[in-house]
Amino acid sequence: MPELTFRQAITHGLQEAIEADERVFIMGEDIGEYGGAYSVTKGFLEKYGPKRIKDTPISEATFIGAGIGAACSGLRPIVELMSISFALVGFDQIVNMAANIRYMSGGQISVPMVIRAPTGAGVQLGATHSQSFETWLAEVPGMYCVCPSNPKDALGLLRTAIKDSNPVIFAEHSHLYTKRGDVPEEYYEIPIGQANVVREGDDITLVSYGYGVTILHEAADILEQQHNISAEIIDIRSLHPIDYDTIIASVQKSGRAVMLDTARRLGGIMPEIVSETQQRAIEWLDGPIMRVGAKDVPWPYNRALEQDMLPDANDVIEAAQQIMTF
Amino acid sequence: MGLGKTKPTTSEPAVSEQTQIGDSPFSDVASSPNGAITRPYPSIFPASISKDELINLYRLMYRIRRFEETCGQNYALGNIRGFLHLYIGQEATGVGAISVLQPQDYIVTHYRDHGHALARGLDINRTMAEMFGKRTGISKGKGGSMHIFDTAKRFMGGHAIVGAQLPLAAGIALAQQYMETDAATIVFFGDGAVNQGTFHETLNLASVWQLPVLFFMENNLYGMGSAVGRVRLRGADFTDAMAAYDIDAISVDGMDVIAVREATQEALKKIRADGSPVFIEAKTFRFVGHSYADPGDQYRERTEIDQWRQRDPLISYPKLLIQHNVASEKDISDIKSAVDKEIEDAVDFAATSPEPDLNELFNDVYA
Repeated sequence: MPELTFRQAITHGLQEAIEADERVFIMGEDIGEYGGAYSVTKGFLEKYGPKRIKDTPISEATFIGAGIGAACSGLRPIVELMSISFALVGFDQIVNMAANIRYMSGGQISVPMVIRAPTGAGVQLGATHSQSFETWLAEVPGMYCVCPSNPKDALGLLRTAIKDSNPVIFAEHSHLYTKRGDVPEEYYEIPIGQANVVREGDDITLVSYGYGVTILHEAADILEQQHNISAEIIDIRSLHPIDYDTIIASVQKSGRAVMLDTARRLGGIMPEIVSETQQRAIEWLDGPIMRVGAKDVPWPYNRALEQDMLPDANDVIEAAQQIMTF
Repeated sequence: MGLGKTKPTTSEPAVSEQTQIGDSPFSDVASSPNGAITRPYPSIFPASISKDELINLYRLMYRIRRFEETCGQNYALGNIRGFLHLYIGQEATGVGAISVLQPQDYIVTHYRDHGHALARGLDINRTMAEMFGKRTGISKGKGGSMHIFDTAKRFMGGHAIVGAQLPLAAGIALAQQYMETDAATIVFFGDGAVNQGTFHETLNLASVWQLPVLFFMENNLYGMGSAVGRVRLRGADFTDAMAAYDIDAISVDGMDVIAVREATQEALKKIRADGSPVFIEAKTFRFVGHSYADPGDQYRERTEIDQWRQRDPLISYPKLLIQHNVASEKDISDIKSAVDKEIEDAVDFAATSPEPDLNELFNDVYA
């Protein structure tokens, strides 16, 4: 397979699943005739027909719920949300139904469903369209939550998510759709719940996921070139479950860590990782674990304000330099 | 009768047919509001129902009544905890509707779900054990009163967020359409659910996609303590609203088990033939409060409760069976004794069943 964009990798994964498994179908708002808000399913309706590619009315609660019902009774739906912010409209269905129904039924029911949703801020969509609720959804037991950072992981995780028998939230940072990367020719899968060391280093561990990993690469380059600090980057890839072992092994080597949420700081996923890491690795730590995240205000429309709210490589570098003084 | 039959000749745009069945129990003439079709129903038991079936309808209703009364007693004793919503008064609705379902049909319901569960034939011991939160419960004690499931009987819950079960049912119906089965999906909901967004959204989706789903509204006239006319613009009648969705609608007397059965039969015939949704509204009444904690007389006049109690299907129906020589007084009392014993045994089973192992906490979270 040649180098693919993140978008192409997801498109490939979806096509592959539709062609391989009769039970797989996709539904969501404007995924058919329109081709999807981010063009991931462009041409699908013509190719696979309306049975497999279903344009839904604008009614997130109901088409998410219908996905759950279909999953409960033998199908494997892939539901696309136009934005993870819209998950709020269907939150009851996702949490109370998709995640709880197996437990409430004493294990009688499984919900093999993937909910794909673009996430993230940075393109001036304002407060209602810029949120990163994968961090909220990651809290819920009974479902998984992943957020890939590159085309290879996107395809590998999507394959696993579609084959899994549980609900999986598949968050796609919208900045990444045009990101290019090598994707192996041979078939592979990436297990849910397995972090990845994407850059090796000795002095400090940097942790994030999704678009945050792009920011960490930028920061690591500068730290190395300008400050002679060797940073290791961990891409957690999966927000539920979290692969603490990989993170803690790295911290035990470096003794220092900066953890980045591209979501708002309060309620991000990193506090959980910080907490677990300090409990399990306190004797290896040379100083406090630093956190970087978006500022705790609603997302503004104005570009300068939004950029100020977003965490960036400078914030990571600053935090890294601070902790290097310990 | 309305569905698939006569439609009023009119030059107006086609709207859903609304049929009124059995407006008063066992009367010869049923009248309808809204100028919809009326029909006489029934002067006598329909020939299509066998004697055994007629008797079994009584057995099921009595079983539910006794089960619910017994749950109430055990709640007072502290054996059952959490929220307990009893189906007392509404038995004719669930029993009539579920009696004509086929084994392949799916049932999705609300949190007042024990009646539907027993009508579907869920194991009475394991259902009672679920109330008691025991290991032998039908959901291993993890669901409780509001979350009864039995996938072997295609009984898909027991859902406790008002209106949330409607999309789920649409999805199950979608799967049937997708896999080209002839299974219908029936979803029960109350008058409280109709003001939720999911009600409109699901009716719309089912109509646009022509899903084989039966929307079965159990209109007991009160959403918890809110009289339906107080919280809904156009009062307590719902069938006329279905014209907006182009969904065929039937109104039926929910205290008349035969009328409910006939209406459901007709709806299912239509659903299986056309694959399109049908809406039934059954007017019914819970004789007791919303949940065990509610005496039920703060927001309802005593006289209203008494009037409905006079139409108690557990009194009127066996009378009718005797009157038409379907059953003798002794048959009825034999059924009662046998069911009383079943319920007693179910309580014994539940009470003597073990608590779940604490390791069970972590099981059934993921498939």
